[in-house]
Amino acid sequence: MIALLRIPLAFFRLFYQSVYLALGQIWTNKTRSILTTIGIVIGVASVTAVIAALTGLKTKILTQVETFGTNTIFVYPSRPNTGPLRNASWWSIRFLPEHLDGLLENCPDVSRLSRMAHVGRHTIRAGEKSVENVNVTGIEHSYHEIEHRPILTGRTFSVIDDEQVRQVCLIDPKLRDKLRLDRDCIGQVIRIGHQAFSVVGVIEQRPEMRFGEGGEEYYEVFIPFKTAFKLQEPWIGAYAASKDAAVLEEAQAEIKFFLRRIRNIKVGEPDTFRVESLKSALETFNQIALVVTMVAGGIVGISLLVGGVGIMNIMLVSVSERTREIGLRKAVGAKKSAILTQFLIESVVLCFIGGLVGVGFGQLLTMAIANIPKVELDLAYIPLWAIAISFGFAGSVGIFFGMFPAIKAARLDPIEALRHE
Amino acid sequence: MTQKNNRLIIQLKDVMRIYKVGIERIHALDGVSLDIWENEYVAIMGPSGSGKSTMMNVLGCLDRPTAGSYMLDEQDITTMSDAALARVRNERIGFVFQSFELLGRLSALKNVEIPLIYSRDGWWSRRKRAKQVLERVGLSDRVKHKPNQLSGGEKQRVAVARALICNPSILLADEPTGNLDSKTSDGILELFDQLHREGQTIIIVTHEESVACHAKRIIHMKDGRIHSDLPREQDPVINSVINNEARQEK
Repeated sequence: MIALLRIPLAFFRLFYQSVYLALGQIWTNKTRSILTTIGIVIGVASVTAVIAALTGLKTKILTQVETFGTNTIFVYPSRPNTGPLRNASWWSIRFLPEHLDGLLENCPDVSRLSRMAHVGRHTIRAGEKSVENVNVTGIEHSYHEIEHRPILTGRTFSVIDDEQVRQVCLIDPKLRDKLRLDRDCIGQVIRIGHQAFSVVGVIEQRPEMRFGEGGEEYYEVFIPFKTAFKLQEPWIGAYAASKDAAVLEEAQAEIKFFLRRIRNIKVGEPDTFRVESLKSALETFNQIALVVTMVAGGIVGISLLVGGVGIMNIMLVSVSERTREIGLRKAVGAKKSAILTQFLIESVVLCFIGGLVGVGFGQLLTMAIANIPKVELDLAYIPLWAIAISFGFAGSVGIFFGMFPAIKAARLDPIEALRHE
Repeated sequence: MTQKNNRLIIQLKDVMRIYKVGIERIHALDGVSLDIWENEYVAIMGPSGSGKSTMMNVLGCLDRPTAGSYMLDEQDITTMSDAALARVRNERIGFVFQSFELLGRLSALKNVEIPLIYSRDGWWSRRKRAKQVLERVGLSDRVKHKPNQLSGGEKQRVAVARALICNPSILLADEPTGNLDSKTSDGILELFDQLHREGQTIIIVTHEESVACHAKRIIHMKDGRIHSDLPREQDPVINSVINNEARQEK
């Protein structure tokens, strides 16, 4: 029993003693240790900051996906990257309202569709008050279900509103308050440009954290799809919803197929439109994040390499400075393994301290990043696994680059070492 | 010469130590046979190049003989692995060096503890044992001092305490007074005398007759061989020195 206990005890003894000695040694050579670990500090700080930024972005996107639904699909015209149409005018590839007719019938996995007529930003007036840069969009009835934005008071657009091209509108509560309209503002009149619209309902405010537009005030006015054509030639797209999240990709494929046929795109030619979902946006983001992580990882790898060479250099200096000490320790009974452990642990402890300071600096960097306005990084934080990875890397650098000096120390002949000047 | 009532500690038989320098073979030890018994006080003397340093390294298990056999405490040292030799040095041999070899950043107590760091059983009681052994060499009031706060004599006492902490079979001192003035040297040599009275086996390697005359047995080395091995009273060199001193005092 005692014999069994002896091995872990001996290991603990050696470990404790080595860490104790290493800390003493590092404390004795403070300046040198600080300079040596700078490489590790920079490496670890940058890797944690990059991971923190990416994690923050991802959290933001995930929140977005949750608020906007996992089955929402966005359809909009887009120039292909290749083929003769890559320089096509936006006008030539635009959607016409009839392009989307029959889509619901031909796409079994699509449950809802709302054509969207984007007419850009306009100045809205109500009496003396005016608000600039308000987003005006023509929508259809299904929009509320697709985007999960119900009417708070009043009503949605009816078929008659659309068919008769009535000048009616929905506004969001913030705009209502900004324009000093009544709380129950149904029937009040606002002006979009020079045209008068009567308010028929108040639509739920859209969620705060929307990806792509950080911080600035954002107001919305919705009008019936066909009414939008009265204001100006609109930019047409569509919002759709798949039957459920599981068939999202099938629904996207069906829409693609349908639109290619309607728009007469021949086999082999690229799409002149995009069918995106937040899920595919998330996948795109994940790909970009991977590339960024790899590039950052490469840079960090180089800085850790440089840091490691610094560590190795300083450990070699340390071994040669302490040759007599090594000789003495060997003379009084230190085995090779004990000397090896001592120097190896010294370099690992040095790297760990670098890692610790690095994570600290990384945290400061992350806080700095999170406070840059309009960069969408306000949710940046360092996940626990990143800290674990940082320490793992720092430790590996310590072992890898400390090994050679440690072996050199362990192999010293005690007689030679004690004679060393 | 033989002390039948005591244990045989060191037994060297035809020990050779040959170094190769280029194509030349240097016989640093050239067939040395030697018995040392418990509680002996031996001085090994000789000019530089006589092989006394190599002798000290072999006796201290820092070096292995090229040929011949070395039994320490009835253990054969000749065939041991490096790790086993390290353990033998730790448990059976206490070194005292000419230049003390104290670690400057550690206190006297911590310096004395060093051998116990590498010992299997001593680690848990190292603080207590270090204090005891510092008391034994008369430094109980210097426990917390660092080497640069100690005088030369005190430093060597710390080194002796470090050598004694594992209760070694032999205390091996290499020119222990080489870096000390004559007055402090006397102090250290008195300490050795005291340790000898307490039963410690001591081997001193020196070229100074004034140091060697404290020992009870004098071994002269020359060209890697034992030139003479006599009790102090019969050693001509030591006797002439003592006689000279006695004459000067008159």
